[in-house]
Amino acid sequence: MPAYRDIVRRIDSIKNTQKITKAMQVVAATRLRRAQAAVQATRPYAEKMLEVLQTAGERATEYRHPFLMRREGKRAVMILVTTDKGLTGALNVNNIRVATRYMREHYPDKEEYVTLGRKGRDFLLRFRRNVIADSSGLPDRPSIATILSAVAVALEEYTRGDVDAVLLCYAKWISTLRQEPVVRTLIPAEIPEREKDAGPRADYIYEPDPESVLDALLPRYVETQVYQAVLENKASEYSAKMIAMQNATKAAGDFIDALTLFANKVRQAGITTELMEIVGGAEAMRAAG
Amino acid sequence: MQFPLRVVSVERSLFEGDVEFIVANGADGELGVLARHAPLMTVLKPGPLKIRITEGNEQILFVGGGFLEVLPDRVTVLADVAEHADEISVERAEEARRRAQEKLAGTIERAEEARRRAQEKLAGTITAAEEIEFQNALAIAEARLRLARTRRT
Repeated sequence: MPAYRDIVRRIDSIKNTQKITKAMQVVAATRLRRAQAAVQATRPYAEKMLEVLQTAGERATEYRHPFLMRREGKRAVMILVTTDKGLTGALNVNNIRVATRYMREHYPDKEEYVTLGRKGRDFLLRFRRNVIADSSGLPDRPSIATILSAVAVALEEYTRGDVDAVLLCYAKWISTLRQEPVVRTLIPAEIPEREKDAGPRADYIYEPDPESVLDALLPRYVETQVYQAVLENKASEYSAKMIAMQNATKAAGDFIDALTLFANKVRQAGITTELMEIVGGAEAMRAAG
Repeated sequence: MQFPLRVVSVERSLFEGDVEFIVANGADGELGVLARHAPLMTVLKPGPLKIRITEGNEQILFVGGGFLEVLPDRVTVLADVAEHADEISVERAEEARRRAQEKLAGTIERAEEARRRAQEKLAGTITAAEEIEFQNALAIAEARLRLARTRRT
């Protein structure tokens, strides 16, 4: 049976851990709110861009930008968004698993990765996957410039004809309790059809012409999607962290309760033993006297 | 005669409101837009975007490239990197330009060093893209500097 003192020391140590997990939970909740605001802030730009793409695409019907062309091959580069830090439950594991499985199933001929986030990068490198670019250690509200070079590498790979598709995997934020890894095809780009009741399309003068506007728009469109994914992944990260830390705090509480009970038992057992010894001693004295 | 204008970048919205007149740095040169301008879609080059809200009430935004859309009832600017000109100081612009130049100068050395590490670390593959990025950064920084200087005089 362990000494009473040791158990009390153990309880104190768990209480300290509990304080830390509780603090991390609160911090994650605050950051979650900020991350959600950042996702919201990208909406006006993204929506307008899509609208312009749709109208420009309708005008330049003859023109097929390479980003819109479907290629037959089974080679792809995957842009994998993960977190930089751990303690986020199964978030990163899910992202990585979904991304690598998708690649193996759909693009078995060549798998390349661009990583945004330390966890994904370290995992893929450890398993000797072909990581061609990385941009990790992003701040909470990264500017789009910080991810551009990594995205540029992926686009270049496609333009050179070394891969047939560019994919994106990140954790979609559904609710505080649920985040789901999703895989999106960035290239060939799918531009959703304009709704029929959206009113007459704008008949612009294009300067210099619709083709060059499309040329300039499409890479921006892809970059914007990646940027939004990074921000949404941040929101998912803090949600997952908040829940993980809430569970940890609760588990620490349960542990403390169980240990306190055990400590009391040990103390009581000690007292009982001591009493027995005294009584035993007294009996022995009487018998001798 | 005013018309509604909206300037948005990926990161945030920069301007929203009714204005009289704007001047932007279009792909084919400077271009001014008044109310009832013909519908237009153009690519923007890095440069200032002058906004006249009313007579004597002007604002200048810095736009690092983007798109300008003129519709019969509204005007939208999709800006790549946009900020208010008041936020740009000569010192900061100078500093940004110096940094961009240093990075560009260091790129060749670093590319060689990176190539050596390329097998285990991945920096090697990024350098080509990085060089383009730095050149862009340099172009943007210089455009900013010009703007900051013109405002001071």
